[in-house]
Amino acid sequence: MIHRDLTILVIDENAIRASIIEAGLRDAGHSRVSVVHDVHGVGRVIERLQPDVIVIDLENPNRDLLESMFQLSRSVKRPIAMFVDRSDSRMIEAAIDAGVSAYVVDGLRQERVKPILDMAISRFNAFSRMERELADARSELADRKVIDRAKGILMKSRGIGEQEAYKLLRTTAMNQNRKIAEIAQSLVLAAGLLEDL
Amino acid sequence: MAATADVTLGFMPLFDSAVLVAAIEKGFVGDEGLSVHLVRETSWANIRDRIAVGHFQAAHMLAPMPIASNLGLTPLSLELVAPLALGLGGNAVTVSQDLWRRMTAENAGPGTDPSANGAALRRIVERRRASGEPPLRFAVVHPFSGHNYELRYWLAGCGIDPEKHVEIVVVPPPLMADALSTGAIDGFCVGEPWNSVAVASHAGRIATTKASIWRLSPEKVLGVSARFASENRPALDALLRALYRSSMWCGESANHEELAALMSTPAYLDLPRERLMPILTGRLTLGGGATGYIPEFFVPHAKGATFPWQSHALWFYSQMVRWGHTPHSAALAERARDTYRPDIYRQALRPIAAPMPGANMKVEGALTVAAPVGASEKGLVLGPDGFFDGRIFDPDRLDDYVASQR
Repeated sequence: MIHRDLTILVIDENAIRASIIEAGLRDAGHSRVSVVHDVHGVGRVIERLQPDVIVIDLENPNRDLLESMFQLSRSVKRPIAMFVDRSDSRMIEAAIDAGVSAYVVDGLRQERVKPILDMAISRFNAFSRMERELADARSELADRKVIDRAKGILMKSRGIGEQEAYKLLRTTAMNQNRKIAEIAQSLVLAAGLLEDL
Repeated sequence: MAATADVTLGFMPLFDSAVLVAAIEKGFVGDEGLSVHLVRETSWANIRDRIAVGHFQAAHMLAPMPIASNLGLTPLSLELVAPLALGLGGNAVTVSQDLWRRMTAENAGPGTDPSANGAALRRIVERRRASGEPPLRFAVVHPFSGHNYELRYWLAGCGIDPEKHVEIVVVPPPLMADALSTGAIDGFCVGEPWNSVAVASHAGRIATTKASIWRLSPEKVLGVSARFASENRPALDALLRALYRSSMWCGESANHEELAALMSTPAYLDLPRERLMPILTGRLTLGGGATGYIPEFFVPHAKGATFPWQSHALWFYSQMVRWGHTPHSAALAERARDTYRPDIYRQALRPIAAPMPGANMKVEGALTVAAPVGASEKGLVLGPDGFFDGRIFDPDRLDDYVASQR
């Protein structure tokens, strides 16, 4: 079956995520993909593109603005309904959990839109995972730095070796049922205060 | 017997979420054996979607939202009921400094009189049309909102056609003041604290208020998934009792400082406390050195403020018909009316002997003075509830009202 290529508009204030979605759509063979980061003036974009599918992130406070254009504007001629099939609640849930929402032109067949939304959902999830990993990596790095500083303080003030200093931190953490990084943080903070005196 | 249940409610960072916030922070939900979580959202569309997938069982909603949803007017229509209102009033219309200067030259001010200020605005709109200037642009928060309908009611009542003579767009509340100062819009109708925020940043001047356009008029409701309401009535009833008690607490002027402090915290509005006092006191800083006192600017509890009047639902419906948002038929009107569920309200609040009105509908705008009503032991006082143009909405004569607005 031959279909006209779907026109897809991605609205996302996060430029990196938007480009990941765009790349995914292009990989899937969609050539008519447009990306908008700023909702300001999106009405004109919609008017010009007449998109079949609009993908927007849920954190975007301008979703209400977007929907009002579908409802009240005379410039957007075709009525646009949300999601592929109102009965497909599992997909709606997956999309909302992933933080993405989509609007499709009424009457567009489900099998044509489902892969697009599935792709958007998985890429949104992958992006969140990446962000989480990045945040974890950052805090791990920060933890390591603070532990190193705490070790340095102990080595200097107690005249002990590095291994011994680490063991001291670990034992204290275990006794107090706290993380080593927390103990190290307290120590660095206290040392800083004492230095100022 | 107390119901034990977990309920998650969505809310938008607007002052009129206060009844929900205080219900949790002041322990009213706990007293009913409920565990309630509040989740702040960034758009009304998110609130609707998350009710659809069951993340939320109920939410802070613009009063026309559940009606529009039940009439199939929204992109994702789901069955909702409104068993309780979250207060009356709370909005204002703010215009840019530049527009206000021109309105003053046309005898607007010094107060917020909707007739005088509307007439000044009409003269400006007429002159702009005559000289071929682009129409003034006003913003509201959502198409299906009290803001949109009261702004349109005011404009139309002053001889300004909101469809032809001005442009009405949607802007999220926190972005209103910026849009006004950059000239993207010339005015807006929004709930507090966003008018006071625009005034404080010298972006605008309050031209009139919801309470002056229609005194004691409906604004937000608790919108509940119809499925949750039918499957979890004991929990819903308990929630309504907690919210009713919370509204009573919010309505006490002795609690206003504490309420403003609570709402100003990062979890809720994250704004300075002084921006949040005007809605509670009705003492507004209008801009340009002017101040005003608006009696009953926002009423969270008194005057039947929590009762889901079906005449309110029908008035919103009449405005949806008026502006072409829905066709008109007896069946659609009935559907709109029955979105509001005074039957649930009455049953839920019976154990705590809350004062009840005798009827589920009233003639809106008919009370020129405060009037005691109702059959419950403790009295209920309603009104005055006039529209600024002196018109009256009799829900039993809906067709006549709709016809007279064409």
